Amino acid sequence: MNGNSTSSDWDGRYFHVDQILDKPGPRTDPSFLAGDGVKDFLRNQCKILVIGAGGLGCEILANLALSGFKDIHVIDMDTIDISNLNRQFLFRQKDVGKPKATVAAEFIMNRVPGVQVTPYYGKIQDKDEDYYMQFNLVVCGLDSVEARRWINATLVNMVDPENPESLKPLIDGGTEGFKGQARVILPTVSSCYECSLDMLNKPTAFPICTIANTPRLPEHCIEWASVLEWPRVFGDKKLDTDDPEHIGWLFNHALKRAKEFKIEGVTWSLTQGVVKNIIPAIASTNAIIAASCCNEAFKIATSSAAYLNNYFMLIGTDGVYSYTFEHEQRKDCPVCGGESLDISIKKDWTVERLIEMLVEKQDIQIKKPSLSTPTKQIYLQAPPQLEQATRPNLEKKVSELVEDGGDITVTAASLPFNLSLRIKYI
Amino acid sequence: MLKIWSMKKNEDAAAKKKPKTSAAQIRVQKDLTELDLPSTMQTTFADPADLLNFELKITPDEGMYKGGAFSFSFNIGPNYPHEPPKVKCIPKIYHPNVDLEGNVCLNILREDWKPVLNLNSVMVGLQYLFLEPNADDPLNKEAAEELRRNRDQFLYNVKNSMRGGNIKNEHYDRVTNQ
Repeated sequence: MNGNSTSSDWDGRYFHVDQILDKPGPRTDPSFLAGDGVKDFLRNQCKILVIGAGGLGCEILANLALSGFKDIHVIDMDTIDISNLNRQFLFRQKDVGKPKATVAAEFIMNRVPGVQVTPYYGKIQDKDEDYYMQFNLVVCGLDSVEARRWINATLVNMVDPENPESLKPLIDGGTEGFKGQARVILPTVSSCYECSLDMLNKPTAFPICTIANTPRLPEHCIEWASVLEWPRVFGDKKLDTDDPEHIGWLFNHALKRAKEFKIEGVTWSLTQGVVKNIIPAIASTNAIIAASCCNEAFKIATSSAAYLNNYFMLIGTDGVYSYTFEHEQRKDCPVCGGESLDISIKKDWTVERLIEMLVEKQDIQIKKPSLSTPTKQIYLQAPPQLEQATRPNLEKKVSELVEDGGDITVTAASLPFNLSLRIKYI
Repeated sequence: MLKIWSMKKNEDAAAKKKPKTSAAQIRVQKDLTELDLPSTMQTTFADPADLLNFELKITPDEGMYKGGAFSFSFNIGPNYPHEPPKVKCIPKIYHPNVDLEGNVCLNILREDWKPVLNLNSVMVGLQYLFLEPNADDPLNKEAAEELRRNRDQFLYNVKNSMRGGNIKNEHYDRVTNQ
């Protein structure tokens, strides 16, 4: 079977896309298999995962389905809110309250014949490496730093030197009002999400003394209500930004304070916007960024053209400005940087013996290492209380604390970031 | 599909699998084990296995707050160091930059936090508040006003509050260092 003939593919369906896939161009990768080979891969073999079915996700799903991807999976943990309908065009009024992933998948399958979209309504953290291993590519349209850090670290950790299939390109899109970015992350090969964490804008925070004493903006009053007044009145009770009663309480208190200081502009929606840190989403920014992400997904899946290396940013706030550059991998990145060593030790080695060995090792120059596993501390050099608490472990056998093939994270002042050890027993 | 693997061959150092320790966790381990604290600061962990929640005790050896012991709670979230640690002053103290609920006005805890800063910078910043209380960024307005207007009266109030006294009908916790 070649890429042209499944039951739902009518004559000429892919006429335009095939202009690109049927013959190589001057800049196509030498590995490009023009013709049936690449079409078969794209349409019958390639499995792609879309994370997020919101503003970017809807656009991404539509673009992928229309450019010929046929086995698409989508994860989203949210349900549809009425405020989504202006830009998340796979959803209708009747869908409000239903899971985004499910509704989006059904819509695409109805609209684009022959595409299989498999939804998962839940968190990305529910899925394990075996799940992510089944995909060729991952495209993210997320709004949270935390989720991006998680999927990035998971894909980097999955890379197994023995298995080329374990390297999954990650295409990450993000928008904030008129600004956006699209990037291609080849885990362990190019700069990862964590490498560029310090480039992120931090959420707007106002000095706490301004909030407490000299409010001038409606936002100051709202922050006063959420940061100072809420904990003062309710103690440890957690503020739930999705609970209308909680937002209502903040709104009323912020409004009262605003009146007191003669400040105008405290509204319900601004209150919600400030506490949830909402930046108004612009449908067309999402369209541009999603299109860029899907172009990259198409080029990487088919090798038909050079792909983005590796960071595209769009700034639409002052006219139109865009810039593409290569973000460099950070040597001291806690996710993809640092050194990694396979170490074989005897089963009866104590932790102390292992530390001595690390200190003596000429090639890594490590002084005063602190050791931990993903779930517990083994030995920490400081502060004094933790050193004391972990000191009894020095006499224990490493094999009591770490299983065969297990990992130890080593940090030390002399290391730029960290070193990971994979322990094998002999 | 693009042959990424061929790009990988020459980069064997980075090719090794890495453990599933979260970036935040590694960063906290690094921050804590490399703390360089003077004898006036001490950390206490209620649960030594939990590095994300602990207390810091500051016992200034100079300045107006000399003789006191001030404990702060630290809570580090999963998004550290993208987000700063949450820090609160545990006892109720008389200080221009600390309010009666324990909120602290320190720029690097909010508007000026950056991921390149670490726990050591926060702790040093906290200690500095006791050496140089700052009347320009008040959280306790009465205290700030007093510091600006009458330094001697402010100093007297500080000493009185540290012994567990009342100032302007407000009771403060006893924080003298035993």
